[in-house]
Amino acid sequence: MRSVAGFGTAERDTSMQTVFSIAIDALAYGMALFIICIGLSLTMGLMRVVNLAHGAFAMIAGYIASYAVRDLGIGYVVAILLAIAGTVAISIPLERLLYRRIYGSPQLTQVLMTIGITFCVIGITNYFFGPTLKTIPLPAALSQPVDLGFRSVAAHRLFVMACGAVVALGLWFFIEKTAFGIRLRATVDNASISEALGIRTQAVYTISFAIAMGLAAFGGVVGAEFLPIEPYYALRYMVTFLVVVSVGGAGSIPGALIACLVLGAVDTTGRYLMPEFGNFFFYAAVIAIVWVFPRGLLGKAQ
Amino acid sequence: MQLVARTNPVKTLPATGGQVLRDVVGVVAIAALGVAGYFLFPDNLALLTRLIALALLALSLDLVVGYCGIATLGHAVLFGAGAYAAGIACVNGMTEPLTLIAIGAIAGAGAGLVMGTIMLRAHGLAQLVLSIAIVQLFHEAANKASAYTGGSDGLAGLSVGPLFGVFEFDLWGRTAYLLGLVLLVVVFIGLKFIVASPFGMLCRGIKEDPIRIRAMGAFVAPNLLKMFVISGFVAGIGGALAAISTQVVGLDSISFELSANALVMLVLGGIGTLYGAIVGTIIFMGFEHIVSAINPFHWMTMVGVLLIAVVIAAPQGVSGLFDRLWSPAGRGGRS
Repeated sequence: MRSVAGFGTAERDTSMQTVFSIAIDALAYGMALFIICIGLSLTMGLMRVVNLAHGAFAMIAGYIASYAVRDLGIGYVVAILLAIAGTVAISIPLERLLYRRIYGSPQLTQVLMTIGITFCVIGITNYFFGPTLKTIPLPAALSQPVDLGFRSVAAHRLFVMACGAVVALGLWFFIEKTAFGIRLRATVDNASISEALGIRTQAVYTISFAIAMGLAAFGGVVGAEFLPIEPYYALRYMVTFLVVVSVGGAGSIPGALIACLVLGAVDTTGRYLMPEFGNFFFYAAVIAIVWVFPRGLLGKAQ
Repeated sequence: MQLVARTNPVKTLPATGGQVLRDVVGVVAIAALGVAGYFLFPDNLALLTRLIALALLALSLDLVVGYCGIATLGHAVLFGAGAYAAGIACVNGMTEPLTLIAIGAIAGAGAGLVMGTIMLRAHGLAQLVLSIAIVQLFHEAANKASAYTGGSDGLAGLSVGPLFGVFEFDLWGRTAYLLGLVLLVVVFIGLKFIVASPFGMLCRGIKEDPIRIRAMGAFVAPNLLKMFVISGFVAGIGGALAAISTQVVGLDSISFELSANALVMLVLGGIGTLYGAIVGTIIFMGFEHIVSAINPFHWMTMVGVLLIAVVIAAPQGVSGLFDRLWSPAGRGGRS
């Protein structure tokens, strides 16, 4: 393909390089967002709970992973598993004690309760771990660039993309093809009839909630390169996560995937090309999308 | 899915004598409390003035959340619009305080018109998200337009002229506080009339059941938009008051955090009663002043616990709790 007259080969090459690195970063960032947000999309779409504390659980996982890798010297993969297990262990009693009260409540009640939980998590974690930025050091294998033949890409970016793809496919299979997925969808459609048919709806809710929190934990650790773990993490990215889910349409896996990739691309491109505008393009895109699709891109009418 | 709890059934009876008496007592109590604050805390008048400005914001939020049933986490846009409009006018030589308040109110109403137009397009969760996106967008815009707003440094150098040409805005903030108190009382009385008017009743009806109101032949969206504009007017007064009293307008006056705090204040006090907005602001600011001086993270934990406790134990807020205690088999049927 001929380039526009006036561009030398070298210039064209650097601009190609910029486009390529923007694309890679955008894709990896979008996937990291997806891993975190898909759990929120599940709780909002299937369980009908607006869980603003979703980011708080990702933050807890980040703190656990950071502590495990830096202070205990545990390997990265084990730290991820530990963080997921720890976060799920914390989330189950919270589901029993607090979330169960707000299933089916008006949205304002849910918003208030979960903002309260977020504030508590921020206050308590910072009391114990101190108000500093927590890094999660990458293992050597992930911090090196990988040669793809024509370009080299940071291994961590590829790792995040692979994780996102695995989560998307696994979750789709889990909800559409397994017996538990059938029970979950039945419970969502009509809880009392499902219960009459012998489905233990309370257990279904608890398990789905735990899965959503586990995904938040996984995304929080894996995406820490893009969304750094810091004292106000839960509050700072609460809006981002909520926005992504409502743009994609709550409860829709492909919707969330598209929303994450589109918004990730808009955000990353805006930051690369016009860094002085901050999040301006991100929120402008959100308003435009919600204006045109009030139920989200692939949301179902309720 | 409904957005806000179906709280008390709409009172269909017009205001009775008892109701009027209660409101007169309430207004006198607010004024008395304000004057008492003036004499009890002469060293903290700046804080008390900020409390009044935020009470105006909470009142304005109550109009939208409590009387129209629209959940919003972006209400600071209206407050910030008033603050920046007053601040910019003041820097450009318009120093008469009452004019500045009027400018703030009009800017707030304009922002309310814009925000309402955008938000009323969506429903439910999308509406909530739109409100957040709007406040973030305005925040970025205020940050970028640093030639007018001072950007992240804030708009400083406001020198407000004396009130009525006589009362200077002194270092102790006496004039600002008394001006704020008068504004609060006037606005409160005005809002009492508005929410009791047929228009206010219509808005409550829309909150309960918009489909039925539409079937009855009334317009839904235009009425909600009207309430949004009134709400913006009130929030703009609050913003202008904050700008005049502190002589600085910061980016935090148009932030998501301020919007969330205003909602917390309103919920603490009780949604859907104008008193709740004021009670909640006093409780919130009082606790914040004491606890955040010790450790800001303790403050966050405490607000969180308070919120959870309110949702579980007192969904009607503190003022609802009082109502329930005072009239157990109550006429209002608030439960």
